[in-house]
Amino acid sequence: MIRDITLGQFYPGNSVIHKLDPRVKILATLLYIVALFVVKDFAGFIAPLVLLEAVIIMSKVPRKYIWRGLRPVLIIIAFTLAINLFMVRGEIIWQLGVLHITREGVRTAAFMGIRLVLLIIGSSMLTLTTRPIGLTDGIEALLSPFKKIGLPAHELAMMMTIALRFIPTLLEETDKIIKAQQARGADFESGNLFRRAKALVPILVPLFISAFRIAQDLAMAMEARCYGGNVKRTRMNAMKFARRDLIAAILFCAFLAIVVAQRVLG
Amino acid sequence: MIEVRNLTHIYSEGLPHESVALDDVSFTIADGNFVGIIGHTGSGKSTLLQHLNGLLKPSSGTIVIDGTDITDSHTKMLDIRKKVGLVFQYPEYQLFEETVAKDVAFGPGNLGLPQEEIDARVRRSIELVGLDYEAVKDVSPFELSGGQKRRVAIAGVLAMEPEVLVLDEPTAGLNPKAHYDILDMVQEIHEREKNITIFVSHNMNDIARMSDQVLVIDKGRLAMDGTPQEVFAREEELKAMGLALPDAAEIVSQLRKKGMELPAGCLSVEEAADAIAAALK
Repeated sequence: MIRDITLGQFYPGNSVIHKLDPRVKILATLLYIVALFVVKDFAGFIAPLVLLEAVIIMSKVPRKYIWRGLRPVLIIIAFTLAINLFMVRGEIIWQLGVLHITREGVRTAAFMGIRLVLLIIGSSMLTLTTRPIGLTDGIEALLSPFKKIGLPAHELAMMMTIALRFIPTLLEETDKIIKAQQARGADFESGNLFRRAKALVPILVPLFISAFRIAQDLAMAMEARCYGGNVKRTRMNAMKFARRDLIAAILFCAFLAIVVAQRVLG
Repeated sequence: MIEVRNLTHIYSEGLPHESVALDDVSFTIADGNFVGIIGHTGSGKSTLLQHLNGLLKPSSGTIVIDGTDITDSHTKMLDIRKKVGLVFQYPEYQLFEETVAKDVAFGPGNLGLPQEEIDARVRRSIELVGLDYEAVKDVSPFELSGGQKRRVAIAGVLAMEPEVLVLDEPTAGLNPKAHYDILDMVQEIHEREKNITIFVSHNMNDIARMSDQVLVIDKGRLAMDGTPQEVFAREEELKAMGLALPDAAEIVSQLRKKGMELPAGCLSVEEAADAIAAALK
């Protein structure tokens, strides 16, 4: 069912990784992604692999759940692999008509594949272990230095919070509308492309109307509670940079150092 | 006749948030019955309804409607939808066409009927829900009032001429007049079509007044199955499930506890009033 999508979803837990300050996790994830692009040979992937493995074990998120999130992007990975496999020039090791595979192609494909998988699993660890609210609070805190140059950090974060908050609501709404139209005999699975596109109208029109209704209700509820946007707001759960965050930051810096050293020396 | 046997449904089977929505539910509904389903929010009522027209497939168990097993994967979906019409909660949110007539025609159109048949059914079902066909057929459904929108949405299901009509809280969010108008309309359709009607409601007065048979669902299990008299006689059990008695029955029950000699089983205001008057003489 449509509600079973796990990509970018939070997995409730109480592990060390869950408890880390979102600011630390966001920065670490960004730097981790950069580090993946610093790596230039296979040996360089050892450090990120070890780090990721450690994070997965500590987070206690079941591997099955992580894999489920990876499934929708498998097509993109397969596509990248195929392009690299067939398009890279070099020493030909297999040929069929115009298609040929080169030694360099195999190497690049494997390299890109590992990088992509590490990238996707790594960034999904952030969303799996951080509540959406924590994420947006973290982003707001990280962006707030840029408020001075006119960046509406709070408004951006609020928009993200609301958008994230309403993903499940809209999915549920879509599910309901699909079922209601199916109950009226609508068929979304057969026919050519044109017919299928046309079959979406009975879903999209009610969905848009629902989205506007929900938005209006929310705006009214926020106004009723005197929401004023960018006034000085305090938080019920203020983010605290604790000792474990310091330890995590130090360990992560060590990881970065290893990656850079491996590239320079390796 | 509807026969539900050992119906079990588990959401997100094998995931950490797996939950049993229906647990070994079995019951039979005879032809022509008007069935009320009650249960606390989240008890599994909506899940049960969605099984009745094949929107959800059970984890185990069967549903046989007039000899056709609708849980069998070889049964054609359209045949099930033709047999069982399901009106969802707030059905007006499913309206999408430019005009009322076009929207009502969506269901029969999907059944692949000839155009004349569709037109005839559209006219018939719009009139069946108590609207003036000529006056509303070219109006946008979004310009109608809440109660009228709901009528149009129900007409959209009736136009498929189902043998079983299932309504999930058909009066939710309506004002008292629209509430009774819709229920009277449902009752009238039931009497005219002689079909099986199944409705979910949180209003015990409506359930007691309208149903021939009442099903009580609690935590995914069928807790009770009987006539309104039988079900509402089990006051303590119902209250433990977070349900209530019809208002009249509650007053009679309170008076009995205070020592007044009243017969059990008064469900309607009239019965209760007569019983109290007789006791006071």
